[in-house]
Amino acid sequence: MLAEVCRSASLTEEAVYWSGMALREALANAIKHGNKLSPDKRVFVRIEVNGTGELRIAVEDQGEGFDPSGIGDPLAPQNLLRESGRGVFYMRNFMDDVRFTKAEGGGTRIELTKKVSKGGNNEEPGS
Amino acid sequence: MKSQVRDVGGVRVMDLEGKITIGSGDVQLRQLVDESLNAGKQNILLNLKGVSHIDSSGIGEMVGCFTTVTRRGGAMKLSNLPAKINDILQVTQLITVFDVFDNEAEALSTFPR
Repeated sequence: MLAEVCRSASLTEEAVYWSGMALREALANAIKHGNKLSPDKRVFVRIEVNGTGELRIAVEDQGEGFDPSGIGDPLAPQNLLRESGRGVFYMRNFMDDVRFTKAEGGGTRIELTKKVSKGGNNEEPGS
Repeated sequence: MKSQVRDVGGVRVMDLEGKITIGSGDVQLRQLVDESLNAGKQNILLNLKGVSHIDSSGIGEMVGCFTTVTRRGGAMKLSNLPAKINDILQVTQLITVFDVFDNEAEALSTFPR
């Protein structure tokens, strides 16, 4: 679905790839940490390319809320060999803007933005 | 994820293809490494030439496998990184942790004989 939206807006394959990686992390975060794998809870996804040349993805879960500030820096020497804790880091590196807000139902809403116009960060992560 | 396993000298080479991602490739990678260790093969080379995606779970599993193999006295190294996989190792700084080689021959020459 993401690829279709992006291609309809003539986004680069690079932008599609890295946005897809970020979306994958947001979905995993919502299902695993937000909804805690409950089959009774849903995850809502909205993808749009707006008129200002931005790809915007919103992922919302029905969990209890999530505070990303509690996550350690995965680049810190003591965390480098940890097996988990890189999901939010992935999102922040692959997208231009990542925001966590409280969803209306109390869960977490993650908003991912990628600028796809000239000068946007859509070629390589972390640049 | 698809995989093929072969032994070259004393090194178990794993040719990986596709996605090393949550719920599939990550679990499979762990199983491959465990099988190798149980078979007494503690020197492992992951050939990532055909890998298209590694998500945070996949990279976490790679780190876990690396730690396990190292603790067992072996070595786990990587070769043939596609550009995007190299990018991921760069931003996570795991490029400083893993021994990474351009090709298999070069990698194999660095394992103890």
